[in-house]
Amino acid sequence: MAGFNKVVESYEAAMAGLQDDMTVIAGGFGLCGIPEGLIAQIKKMSTKGLTVVSNNCGVDGFGLGLLLEDKQISKMVSSYVGENALFEQQLLNGELEVELTPQGTLAEKMRAGGAGIPAFYTATGFGTPVGEGKEARKFNGRDYILEESITGDFAIVKAYKADRYGNCIYRHTAQNFNPMAATAGKITVLEVEEIVEPGELSPSEIHTPGIYVDRIIVGQFEKRIERKILSSASSNQ
Amino acid sequence: MSLSREQIAMRVAQEFGDGHYINLGIGIPTLAANYVASDIEVMLQSENGLLGMGPYPSEAQVDADMINAGKETVTAATGASIFSSAESFAMIRGGHVDLTVLGAFEVDCRGNIASWMIPGKLIKGMGGAMDLVAGAQNIIVTMTHADKHGNSKLLEQCTLPLTGVNCINKIITDLAVLEVKDGAFHLIERAPGVSVAEIQSKTAGKLVIGDNVSEMMF
Repeated sequence: MAGFNKVVESYEAAMAGLQDDMTVIAGGFGLCGIPEGLIAQIKKMSTKGLTVVSNNCGVDGFGLGLLLEDKQISKMVSSYVGENALFEQQLLNGELEVELTPQGTLAEKMRAGGAGIPAFYTATGFGTPVGEGKEARKFNGRDYILEESITGDFAIVKAYKADRYGNCIYRHTAQNFNPMAATAGKITVLEVEEIVEPGELSPSEIHTPGIYVDRIIVGQFEKRIERKILSSASSNQ
Repeated sequence: MSLSREQIAMRVAQEFGDGHYINLGIGIPTLAANYVASDIEVMLQSENGLLGMGPYPSEAQVDADMINAGKETVTAATGASIFSSAESFAMIRGGHVDLTVLGAFEVDCRGNIASWMIPGKLIKGMGGAMDLVAGAQNIIVTMTHADKHGNSKLLEQCTLPLTGVNCINKIITDLAVLEVKDGAFHLIERAPGVSVAEIQSKTAGKLVIGDNVSEMMF
């Protein structure tokens, strides 16, 4: 059934149409709130030459780091890429290009892209290497640079619960870049922990309205923790 | 004696005002959360999308969906809210965060900061630092006054690629508290047992020494 039933039954169907040299926008912050199964599917498809837009590039052997193993990524647009030895190696070899983008600018590029805004001015990065070559303009005596928005051929998004319309909610700080990513894909795929009956999520609690969502799949998540730190009271026990 | 990391953090916490929304960077700034005065209430912002960051969790509270901007497990304080990265940086860029405290490699006497990139070394990225220094109302840098070779980090002009321009208001080092204004560092306080002469000798940029340089109180 098509219509407003966006739920697909296989990862093949979820990522159908992904081709070499496409741009994929991925939600997630570090390993928190990442679409684990959709990333695994891209690895399985062996798609090459991808531009991946995501705050980070996972770690060795997990998250987006998996896509480095077979050199599927040719360019990363990220704010911080420090947790990954393979990334470092491919960068130094010239096999991988990285466009470092301030975190807030990256979020806004996705948000603007999804909202049909081609570019915006921001003070972030003025007078730094990020501002080099970009149009600068003063507003009310302050300097700003023009940053272009980002859209993707695909957006891969991790949500907590969704209904078949694609209305979804995120859980805790697993929200992060996911809502903006969801708006900025020509094809937006949600990987969720649970599909709920329509009406179960209150209309006023929806984080991402279904209009942005094309496909939904239920995933199994490892939810690996990057830095488990306990309160001193509990770690002294 | 120069201050320990904990003492720098304690001095940073004295800058916190009642009712302030504060973003603390990784390292010494984060330690300052342990020294918030008992008679004030502050709300910590973590730029991955949490306003009202609580302490680290107990083993039973650990939740993979609950992390801070350093990707560490964390809890939410009473009164917290959680939101998207775009919302988080809207508060930062929109000037709604009262105070940002972050580390740096260099600061110069025009308030420029270099904190993310050393040419020739692998560049990991700026994360949210450029947005934070462009957006917060008040920005404090914490760092050691000089590097391990004794070279000053308080310069006439930054030598490394910048994180932001004309944005740093105050610097808290292991030796001193300084304000940055009118193209100079202004010495406000010295660490206990540290002489003004030592601070002068380790400050490469223009230093203005007032008549009443007080000793830090803890």
